[in-house]
Amino acid sequence: MFHWLEERPFFFAVGVFTVVSFAGLIEILPNFAEASRPTVGTKPYSTLELAGRHVYIADSCNACHSQLIRPFKSETDRYGMYSLSGEYAYDRPFLWGSKRAGPDLHRVGAYRTTDWHENHMWEPVSVVPGSIMPAYKHMFSNQADIETAYAEAVTVNKVFNVPYNTNITMRDGSTANVKLPATYDEAKADVLAEAKIIASGMKNQDVKDAVERGEIPQIVALIAYLNSLK
Amino acid sequence: MGGNQTPLAYDYTVARLFLYATILFGIIGMTIGVFIAFQMAFPELNYLFGEYGTFSRLRPIHTNGVAFGFTVSGIFATWYYVGQRVLKVSMAESPFLMVVGKLHFAVYILTILLAVVTLFAGITTSKEYAELEWPLDLLVVVFWVLWGVSIFGLIGIRRERTLYISIWYYIATFLAVAMLFLFNNMAVPTALVSGHGDWYHSVSWYAGTNDALVQWWYGHNAVAFVFTTPIVAMIYYFLPKESGQAVYSYKLSLLSFWGLMFVYLWAGGHHLIYSTVPDWMQTMGSVFSIVLILPSWGSAINMLLTMKGEWNQLQSNPLIKFMVLGSTFYMLSTLEGPIQAIKSVNALAHFTDWIPGHVHDGTLGWVGFMIIASMYHMTPRLFKRELYSKSLMETQFWLQTIGIVLYFSSMWIAGITQGMMWRATDEFGNLSYSFIDTVVVLHPYYTVRAIGGLLYLTGIFIWAYNIYKTITDGRKLEDKELNVNRSPMSAN
Repeated sequence: MFHWLEERPFFFAVGVFTVVSFAGLIEILPNFAEASRPTVGTKPYSTLELAGRHVYIADSCNACHSQLIRPFKSETDRYGMYSLSGEYAYDRPFLWGSKRAGPDLHRVGAYRTTDWHENHMWEPVSVVPGSIMPAYKHMFSNQADIETAYAEAVTVNKVFNVPYNTNITMRDGSTANVKLPATYDEAKADVLAEAKIIASGMKNQDVKDAVERGEIPQIVALIAYLNSLK
Repeated sequence: MGGNQTPLAYDYTVARLFLYATILFGIIGMTIGVFIAFQMAFPELNYLFGEYGTFSRLRPIHTNGVAFGFTVSGIFATWYYVGQRVLKVSMAESPFLMVVGKLHFAVYILTILLAVVTLFAGITTSKEYAELEWPLDLLVVVFWVLWGVSIFGLIGIRRERTLYISIWYYIATFLAVAMLFLFNNMAVPTALVSGHGDWYHSVSWYAGTNDALVQWWYGHNAVAFVFTTPIVAMIYYFLPKESGQAVYSYKLSLLSFWGLMFVYLWAGGHHLIYSTVPDWMQTMGSVFSIVLILPSWGSAINMLLTMKGEWNQLQSNPLIKFMVLGSTFYMLSTLEGPIQAIKSVNALAHFTDWIPGHVHDGTLGWVGFMIIASMYHMTPRLFKRELYSKSLMETQFWLQTIGIVLYFSSMWIAGITQGMMWRATDEFGNLSYSFIDTVVVLHPYYTVRAIGGLLYLTGIFIWAYNIYKTITDGRKLEDKELNVNRSPMSAN
């Protein structure tokens, strides 16, 4: 049978493809409906948070930081409650990472502050002596791309029904509603209002001035994103 | 069939182009690799090139550069050499396939150069080994399809009716990568839907846990079908050729090939152990990883036994050294991987430096050595020149071997140290170490690793120099001098 195949490239290729496809069909397909349901209290990212997520991705923070707390006591003691599938329902792409040169960040918003991130991103060793993380000073002057973040929010809302402008029940029983305005100009105003809250917790005068002028430096967006990780 | 009495004049135009690309991307990808390894030991090195020079910005360029630059060029270079020879047909016989081959090279080079530029600019999807944004993904599809046309086109006009083992592996590489790449890179361009923002930005089709599942089904099998099957294709051709020995066992080849095809794809789940994907998938990933030892070792043992009775060549021929040690590193790596996939070991090893350690004993020892040896074997035939220096090859071999040993031994120690410290508790059950303690302690191992990488990179430069000198200054060879197994090489 194998000799027969080896003389017939077409059937050989079909054979290889069949054998190779099996695993994907059985392992991957059945999970899709199950895993994409959000847990109670999981809400979509705001436009500013998405812009911060883009900064996180552009600088490949995920090359050194995971966002996946495994169900071990040593991990829950260090990082908080272990991660649940539904918490990632709006993560496109997922950012679990595969290497911890630095600590996990899945719940970093629960124990670090705007102020801490500001100092840390400017000069990591000033808050963590011995840190090997680079400083990311360019994030204090480069502008976040709010329009692309808005484009992404609109896209996931349209294509994947991510629930913007919808009341979402939080864990404490309250409701949250993440706004996604119909026009980009309205969205910009919302983003700026959110950015001002972040900037008010920061010390860097250039950043504060920029936000006053209506600009959004990358660091503001990034901190908004990191604060949302709880 | 195959009764052509005069030897065929094979056309190696495209093979030569891909050989240059292999060397170029090897140098670029590995230089960046060594640089970022030094950055982990000496963080001040992060500030040499502003925002473009941080570890995080450079790491995807390293991984893409060595995987899709160096390795994939090497795969294509060997295809355009091995394909013609085992199918007994010259590319010169088909003007169409020549055009396809050259176009394949042109689109490929364009894609990789654009990849480097966009990754420097921070344009990435963040998915490992699938970082490129959708316009570049489309270019990848184009050159991959062109490669497919080349493979099946050449097979279509072949004189040798039976497909040799190497061809099986090239076909498998082509098909599996096509499937994996297409599914994992499914994304929606956001500007097309919303009319806003960067035109090249996209958002993944899959969310969260599903995205992770598809990504590691892809990521793990990119390892299978970029770092394994095409490299096995190389060793099945080049080791028997260089040594003049017949492949030890056809049945073992069969078992290994079909076994590998069936088992490999299941093992992706071992990247997601203790994550939020369902438990049964994690267990499947774990179990199939163990089963994977069989077909992997099958190929490696088949290659080692091919040398039966001819082990003296290991001493006299540096190319045999590279290939035999490559095979041995393949065995090491395919035993280490399954060990790391055992749940209790994974709990310790995951997220630590043991993982990059494992990746590198496979890529440096197996993939790197096989590509180096393949290019050395091809060069005299592509340029009709004698290899410039045997002694430089010996020097390169030992420098790189020491480099690999330093690399993986330091990363084993670093990874296990890190894993143990993360979970260590005092007598009251409190964590003994803060995270930064587990970073600071690794400094010596990061330094040793970087030195190991530097030794390996030095070997790459020697390799590039040796091939360059062969092409420019090597003694010209007559056709009959090329009609031998052992590659002609100058003793100096």
